[in-house]
Amino acid sequence: MHDDIDFDQILNQYRSDPFEYIDVRTSHTGLLQFRAKEEDVVEGVTGEWQHIKGTLLFELERERNIKPVHSSVIGVVSSIERSLEGKFVEAGETVMTIRHPLKKREIIERILKNVLSIFPAPERAKYFFAMDIQSRIDKHGQRSISIKPNDEILTMSLMKRDTPVSYQGAPGIIHSVYFEPGQTIDQGQPLLGICSEDTLPLIQKIIARVKAEWD
Amino acid sequence: MEHTRKRLAKCEEGITYLCQIKEGSDWGNLSGLTSKLEGLKNSFYDYSEEQFSDEVSQLEESLTFLTERCQEDISPMDRVRIVRSPLRFSLKDILENVYEDYTELGGEGEANIDPAMVVAKANILRRVKNRVFTQQVMVIGHEKGHGEEYRNGGSSKPWGNEKALRFMQVAETEGIPIHCYIFTPGAFPVEEYPGAAQQIARNLYAMAKLRVPIVSIISEGGSGGAEAIGLSDLRLMFSHGYYSVISPEGAAAIEGRVKDGLKAPKELVEQCAEHLKITAEDNLELGTIDRIVEEPPLGAKHDDFAFFKKLRYEMMRATDEVVLRTKSLRAFRAYELKLKKSDDDDSTMEVDADTTIHIDINWELNADERKRLIALRAKKYREMASKAYCSETNRFNDFWNSACTKTAKVYYTITYDILKRQQKQVEKVIKEVSGEGSSFLKRLTAPFSAAYDFVVHKPAGRGIVRQSSPSPRQEALALEFGDTYTSPLANEDRTITCPNSLKSGCKDLWIPDLYGEFCGVCENCGHHFPLEYKWYLNNLFDRDSIQEFNKKIGAGNPLNHPILRKKLQPVKNETKRESANITFQAKVMDVDLIVTMLYSDFRNGTVGAAEGEKFVRACELAKLQRKPLLAYVHTTGGIRIQEGTMGVIQMPKCTVAVRDYVDAGGLYIVVYDNNSYAGPVASFLGCSFYQFAIRSSRIGFAGHRVIRDTTGQDIPPDYHSARNALKRGHIHGIWDRRDFRRNLHQALMTMGGRNLYYR
Repeated sequence: MHDDIDFDQILNQYRSDPFEYIDVRTSHTGLLQFRAKEEDVVEGVTGEWQHIKGTLLFELERERNIKPVHSSVIGVVSSIERSLEGKFVEAGETVMTIRHPLKKREIIERILKNVLSIFPAPERAKYFFAMDIQSRIDKHGQRSISIKPNDEILTMSLMKRDTPVSYQGAPGIIHSVYFEPGQTIDQGQPLLGICSEDTLPLIQKIIARVKAEWD
Repeated sequence: MEHTRKRLAKCEEGITYLCQIKEGSDWGNLSGLTSKLEGLKNSFYDYSEEQFSDEVSQLEESLTFLTERCQEDISPMDRVRIVRSPLRFSLKDILENVYEDYTELGGEGEANIDPAMVVAKANILRRVKNRVFTQQVMVIGHEKGHGEEYRNGGSSKPWGNEKALRFMQVAETEGIPIHCYIFTPGAFPVEEYPGAAQQIARNLYAMAKLRVPIVSIISEGGSGGAEAIGLSDLRLMFSHGYYSVISPEGAAAIEGRVKDGLKAPKELVEQCAEHLKITAEDNLELGTIDRIVEEPPLGAKHDDFAFFKKLRYEMMRATDEVVLRTKSLRAFRAYELKLKKSDDDDSTMEVDADTTIHIDINWELNADERKRLIALRAKKYREMASKAYCSETNRFNDFWNSACTKTAKVYYTITYDILKRQQKQVEKVIKEVSGEGSSFLKRLTAPFSAAYDFVVHKPAGRGIVRQSSPSPRQEALALEFGDTYTSPLANEDRTITCPNSLKSGCKDLWIPDLYGEFCGVCENCGHHFPLEYKWYLNNLFDRDSIQEFNKKIGAGNPLNHPILRKKLQPVKNETKRESANITFQAKVMDVDLIVTMLYSDFRNGTVGAAEGEKFVRACELAKLQRKPLLAYVHTTGGIRIQEGTMGVIQMPKCTVAVRDYVDAGGLYIVVYDNNSYAGPVASFLGCSFYQFAIRSSRIGFAGHRVIRDTTGQDIPPDYHSARNALKRGHIHGIWDRRDFRRNLHQALMTMGGRNLYYR
């Protein structure tokens, strides 16, 4: 897989522009009133339970119901469609763009998304590593475990019944584990990130570089 | 020199104590004293023994003078700081010095289910004519510790209050009196099982009928936390203690609308402490306590042994008094005790006065005495705060009301206690006889019917029992629901967004639809938008069945609080009602019931003396008329702060009344709606066996801010939601507003049975 990806190019791209540009669109029609200005710093949703709303961006009034729209991410307002101020807008119209500075973790996640193959949860259940895999992890660490298709790697515990889960996908080693044993995982959520053995040194090198180079 | 050094150390302690009370050394000549003390400490070896002793004597004199001056113009806030001082005596000091010996129960020190609540079985000595008698008591109280952090400042957790209740029941089993020492700034406001509010309610409910003498004494009486062990036969208070509905800082934060994370200004806090009437003298005047136990100037400290001697005498005398009241043969002993009391009143400050009781009073009670004890307790609380509300007193009206009550009493006694009981007995006998007869006949006819069934083929489905369909009248009544009244909120031509729209994808709702056809319920996610109380009055009960009573009992301003002075009359004019509690007789699908309803428009449904009195009277009427009692809480913001302890006392007062009603066989159902918080939930509402909530309502003890300030932790936004209350076992079901009438009827029939008055 890594033959297709030019890591230098990806890194340069993030280095030259370490931002994500998020378009803010209207959820429905209505009269638009901006409450934020260009170059305003906006806060995203915060709080332990994501219960504190972000900065108010604009208000959309439909049938005398004024609906405030808050920023979902932290960043800076990079552009605003000023021509729409006080006008009636359609649903789904882009009214402003927020420049969101990417964090080290986000960059690593994005790069890993390109190189790792994700093994998702087949059911909403609790997952555990198969006994032999777990003992090998305990002994040598997860990155020393190589797996191939049809290997029984996990045990799915659902309603007190344990079902073995076989791996389907390209052979490789377990790079990332996205679940805690015994915790309920929703269907489709990532369980494991797998990469081929020869990609691993390159991935580690890139992660190390991102960690070292980004603040 | 060693003795002088000790005197100097004592002076230092005294100066530090004064600085704590006056919040710094700016008051009086405190700064001068502090610098003199520092000087003496630094030049300890420069003086001769005599010179040094003279200097210390001068310092002692100045300190005594300052202490006296401070005592003369002591402010309520000074008293708050006195009780919070780490130098003040705590429960452990009392256990060590007042009682002969003790064994701590339910934990020890830090290894404790709740170190803030200490329970101990203790012995107390009584000397009569050179003979020594040992009497056992259960000592229950808050332990602040002298700076021990794990004690949590005496703020007891729900499981601590549960421990207290458990050992109160042990005392009841063993028939020994309970001494409660209240040293708490308030309960620890967490909802986790058993829940702060619900546990306090359970404690109050149990204490209302605990069959042993209870004496309580308050040093720091912080609202609900204090009431959890405060319901007693005799309530004492230390002269430098405080007893309040809320801490002065909390009251100032509310009054001054202080933003989260900021502190209220000092002057406002002082002012609030003044307005809330929190001192022992104020409380004695208001009738929330029975007696004051005098302390030395500026309060007793952990090493005031003469004070502990006096306290032992006071606690014994109080217990004797409670026990004697229940005895038929008591005249001489009561006289002796009274005589001693008046002697002591003349020399209140002299703690060295004769502090022994020379009469022998057995604290064990027989069955009749226990009954009398409980009746006296109920009477005591019934009479509390009886002058703190407004009512039209008119001799003719009073006479008429009393005559009506007496006639009703006779009528209902004849109907239910005599005729109904006879009727029930006759019905029971007939049922028994007919049951016996039918069994006998069945035995005789069994072979013949078996032969008949064999010959004649049975049609299929004969054994299926048909479900009874509702009567036409019931159907008509059910249909009537919602036809009569539409909320005025529906008269607005606009849409509204459901708060769950992002999560559940709810579409905007058109207000006339929402508040009209949908009864304020989001048709997608079921979120309940608040509706005014009138909607329930019109849609919940049978048409024209509501008969309001005690309408004239109105909220007053017993403490002459400036906020109530300004705001009470306008709210009365606006709502055209006199209090936040509406009490009425009504019918739900032809079932008669008494309803008490706290509603939001009147000071956010807060409970004061008037609301409490109306609740008690509703209980009494329900008991008299043998009807079920429904407490529908449209909204309650807790106890009305501006009524101070007159409000707090409604917690035990109403709980005692409702316990009396339930014990007489009544069915008490509570339904929470919108927001229900604090005192009422922690007493007469939370004690109900049957509690339900309307969807989207919130139930709890303290709000987010108080929890964050007290526990130092943030709580999730849905912490108080009805669903979480259901998960914690505080309520038994969540009802949809549109099914309220049907669910209520079902609950009445299920919980109450055919006769509703279930015993």
